[in-house]
Amino acid sequence: MTTTSVIEVRQLYKDYQTAAGAFPVLKDVNLVVKRGDYLAIMGPSGSGKSTFMNILGCLDKPSAGEYFLDGHAVAELDGNALAGLRNKTIGFVFQGFNLLARSSLLDNVALPLVYSGVDKQTRHEKAAQVLVKVGLGNYLNSRPSQISGGQQQRVAIARALVNSPSLILADEPTGNLDSKTSEEIMELFDSLNREGISIVLVTHETDIAEHASRQVRFLDGKIVQDSISQPAAAEAV
Amino acid sequence: MFTAMLGEAWHAMGANRMRTFLTMLGMMIGVGAVVLMMAIGEGAQQSIKQSISSMGSNLFIVLSGPPNSAGARSATGNAQSLNVKDADAITELDNIAGVAPVTMGSAQVIYAGNNWNTSVIGTMPSYMEIRDWGIDEGYVFSNSDIRSATRVALIGKTVADNLLGEDVDPVGKTIRIKQSPFLVVGVLSPKGQSLDGRDQDDTIIVPLTTAQRKLFGNQIPGSVRMIMVQAASDKAMLQAEEDINNLLRQRHNIREGSDSDFSVRNLTAIANTAAEATRTMALLLGAIASISLLVGGIGIMNIMLVSVTERTREIGIRMAIGARERDILLQFLLEAFVISIVGCIIGIMIGVGGAALVKNFTGTDTVVTTQSITLAFAVAASVGIFFGFYPARKAARLNPIEALRYQ
Repeated sequence: MTTTSVIEVRQLYKDYQTAAGAFPVLKDVNLVVKRGDYLAIMGPSGSGKSTFMNILGCLDKPSAGEYFLDGHAVAELDGNALAGLRNKTIGFVFQGFNLLARSSLLDNVALPLVYSGVDKQTRHEKAAQVLVKVGLGNYLNSRPSQISGGQQQRVAIARALVNSPSLILADEPTGNLDSKTSEEIMELFDSLNREGISIVLVTHETDIAEHASRQVRFLDGKIVQDSISQPAAAEAV
Repeated sequence: MFTAMLGEAWHAMGANRMRTFLTMLGMMIGVGAVVLMMAIGEGAQQSIKQSISSMGSNLFIVLSGPPNSAGARSATGNAQSLNVKDADAITELDNIAGVAPVTMGSAQVIYAGNNWNTSVIGTMPSYMEIRDWGIDEGYVFSNSDIRSATRVALIGKTVADNLLGEDVDPVGKTIRIKQSPFLVVGVLSPKGQSLDGRDQDDTIIVPLTTAQRKLFGNQIPGSVRMIMVQAASDKAMLQAEEDINNLLRQRHNIREGSDSDFSVRNLTAIANTAAEATRTMALLLGAIASISLLVGGIGIMNIMLVSVTERTREIGIRMAIGARERDILLQFLLEAFVISIVGCIIGIMIGVGGAALVKNFTGTDTVVTTQSITLAFAVAASVGIFFGFYPARKAARLNPIEALRYQ
């Protein structure tokens, strides 16, 4: 374990208990993600990539093996500590945006800060800052239903960023978007990565994966390919 | 953070106003019923207490009879086995504060063109002390009036109002009772209803001897209907009752084993029984009303369970971005709590309003006490927390992955 790695996974196993017995989903997965890495996880349905993402996101626990997130041995932490990691260390971006429909964009983005115990004024200031950063400074008091899908995903990214996480986990972030909007969202991720935020995203689209500096392919619960390609972002610079 | 959550609870309630209102309705009805029923119970208790204190304290009445002639018994009080000498003898006993022999009957009373039918009590001045009965105007007749059987009368408020009219000062006027002229020397202070619902102010009090000789001519001279006795203290009542029984059996030459020709009744005990019954009734009313409070609480639990299911995805999102179990628990608990408290406040208003309506339209006394409101509030708050806890815990224990996947 070194402080330069944000994720360090060693000999990770995950079984699901079914009526027929233990069903292995992840088998001996090893992965190190360094600070500032931009990683795309690919693989067909059922390859275990979603389960792996859940474990990385501290939403699920491995059956065996070690996982260090930002230096914390996740397997040893209790529910509250895991919630704290999800709150401060990780920013989640989902395929379905997962915004609270009843709340304004500002309140949606400020929500993680509620659980960090930040006072109301600071919450609103910080939330407004990140909303401006993702280009939605004019929509602070709109509802999610009043803006487009691409904009909703920007709000979700703003929410992931608001607590200044060291890692963003994005699960098929462009799965519900058209190709032009997808490209815009990916450019947003690229620029965040250039600022030094580590990003791990799951996708099954090759052109999305190519935004990342590194692609990891899952098959049958194992990493079968880990190639460092020429980063698209670097080309642009 | 707590205020943020309170705001969220308010927000969530506003999202489905109709449902929130219906959930609250159960609470409102429950709290309203409790407040109203307790107000009715308290009102009944207070009016009983007032009746009891208007009766006088530590009282016995000794009634003549039941007469037992050839085995056929007639109503108590019909025979005339008691007389003034019995009353004098009771006065000599220990533990006795006062004794007043009483004879009574109803009579037609006339003043100017008006007439009125009322009960006439013939007794001694001591009666006024025993019953703790004062006069508003004039004076009470004296023992010398008893000796000379003067035609003087104390009249109750109801009689004064109906016979002479409300504008006339009765003192000094002459009224006719059973055709005999009586000088009104005083007006009795109002006493209100008695325990059995009679109007105690619809009465005339005259000297015992006058009643015996000039109104209700007795077959046996000196006989009285009953003797009212006041014991010296609450503790002395049992001893006094026994002493009176022994004394009168001896005076009336009743052999051991045979029935007495009189009976002694402990009015204070009867009054206490009535008070006890009222208290039980008040308790029963409150208990029945509490059931609706319980039902209201179950309604809250029901809706909260639906709400948790509906918002499973929202709970998943909150967990993913860092909500701890206790944050989710607190959020839903707070929502249930706010629903029940708001319902409770409206319910209290309904209860207080209902109590005022009942008082207006039925004349039943209702008394809303701060105690009943505090109780309703405390119960409603605990019902909210108690029935909100299970759904809130269910929400807090959701698996975030499954919750996020929930459609």
